[in-house]
Amino acid sequence: MDYIYLDHSATTPVDEKVLKEMLPYFSLKFGNYSSLHSFGREAYFAVESAREKAANFLNCRPEEIIFTSGSTESNNLALRGVIAKLKVKQKSLHIITTQIEHDAILETCRDLEKQGTEVTYLPVKKDGTVDVDELANAIKENTVLVSIMYVNNEVGSINDIERIGKLLKKQNHKIYFHTDATQAINFLSCDVEKLGLDLASISGHKIYGPKGVGLLYLRKETPIVAIQTGGHQERSIRSGTINVSAIVGFGKAIDLAAKDREKNNKKIEKIRDYFIKKVLDKIPNIILNTNTKVSVCSHANFCFVGAEGESILLALDIAGIAVSTGSACASGSLEPSHVLIAMGIEKEIAHSSIRFTFGKHNTKTEANYVLSVLPDIIKKLRDYNPLYKNK
Amino acid sequence: MIYSDKVIEHFKKPHNQGVIVNASAVGEVGNPSCGDVMKIYLKIEDDIIKDVKFETLGCAAAIAVSSALTDMVKGKNIEEALKITRQEIVNDLGGLPEPKIHCSMLGVEALHQAIKNYEEKK
Repeated sequence: MDYIYLDHSATTPVDEKVLKEMLPYFSLKFGNYSSLHSFGREAYFAVESAREKAANFLNCRPEEIIFTSGSTESNNLALRGVIAKLKVKQKSLHIITTQIEHDAILETCRDLEKQGTEVTYLPVKKDGTVDVDELANAIKENTVLVSIMYVNNEVGSINDIERIGKLLKKQNHKIYFHTDATQAINFLSCDVEKLGLDLASISGHKIYGPKGVGLLYLRKETPIVAIQTGGHQERSIRSGTINVSAIVGFGKAIDLAAKDREKNNKKIEKIRDYFIKKVLDKIPNIILNTNTKVSVCSHANFCFVGAEGESILLALDIAGIAVSTGSACASGSLEPSHVLIAMGIEKEIAHSSIRFTFGKHNTKTEANYVLSVLPDIIKKLRDYNPLYKNK
Repeated sequence: MIYSDKVIEHFKKPHNQGVIVNASAVGEVGNPSCGDVMKIYLKIEDDIIKDVKFETLGCAAAIAVSSALTDMVKGKNIEEALKITRQEIVNDLGGLPEPKIHCSMLGVEALHQAIKNYEEKK
């Protein structure tokens, strides 16, 4: 059996159709988007066509799209850019976010705290979603920005962005609303009007597009300053030579994500649900961290109590299966998942987590192969464990 | 973060994994809330370590350290075994990624704990 990839939340393979669109923009149509000559114009129209695709997808105007290098940059630009602008007029600023955000939000918020901005990190319910009433209670007079992720990258839980958007609109003062929608675009509508968003971050490589490209949706008249200065690209909000080939691929990937969404979702959900059921049948003493009622169809996150997550990951890798313990970005860290801890799972148990994330190319045969090796791997690691008593 | 081939080899087929039922001494260190627990069983005759087994909860590095360490101590006398440093274990494994260096300390501590346990019983 070929190597099986079940880590689609970390990244996805570039779709062949995406790659095909990109290829002419490396050596043939290599012009600089900002050049006035015909090479530049060629690049310009290609990028603007991608911008329109993105705008259609988000139901916004093309000029509300700022292309970036990916969601980490978009998140930084959204939070730092808005806060820096508002700071000019208002001394005391308050951000509300959650404890389960990606590090791109959490680390940025911690940095903003050091610079004098107040931040509330909302807890989550056991299912990994934010309690909207808790959010309502956290709003203060100086709350200017709320940043809540649409779909959690580790367990797949979906936050009720639309309801939060409505809640924020009802307040007496303007509160800007940002979402990190990186993990949502494959699976959910990202209509910014319907969701009531002012800012949204998305990335190319999570949707079968290339790495190193993403965008920030920025509603017209949202106050922001650039955090990177230079040659005035992207209306001076994000300077830097436009990454033409990547943006072309990103546009195509967005189109495909929207077009094939229902078909892909159905297929992925069927395999994922089958996999979860069988894992729960075959392996004793495990916890399913993904509540499928409130989650996207790709995720199956488990704690295999008594076996350590990284060891499970490596043993699966040796068996030809790629998974992750949580977020790939946190794999250098020795701390257990902050998401699982926020969901109320004990540290000791959180160390045993494994995230399977299914994608559009996975098959039931692949799921069956994983099911044929996983029970023995868990048993072996539990046998090694001096504290595991149900050997 | 990349593991050496040697670490992966030990992880795939750990040496001396298991339990010694009538062990002369046992050492256990670590904490499940940190994700690592290492337990070393020693069979000692005339101050010579005749047999050694380990049980470990932890990452591939922790398992590889346990496996390599047990290879190193087998046949040594107690004095020699106490001289084994964490650096020797790391070297034997062809290096460990920086965040995993502490796992080698865990091995040394478990061994020292076991020998202390033996000395106390003597």
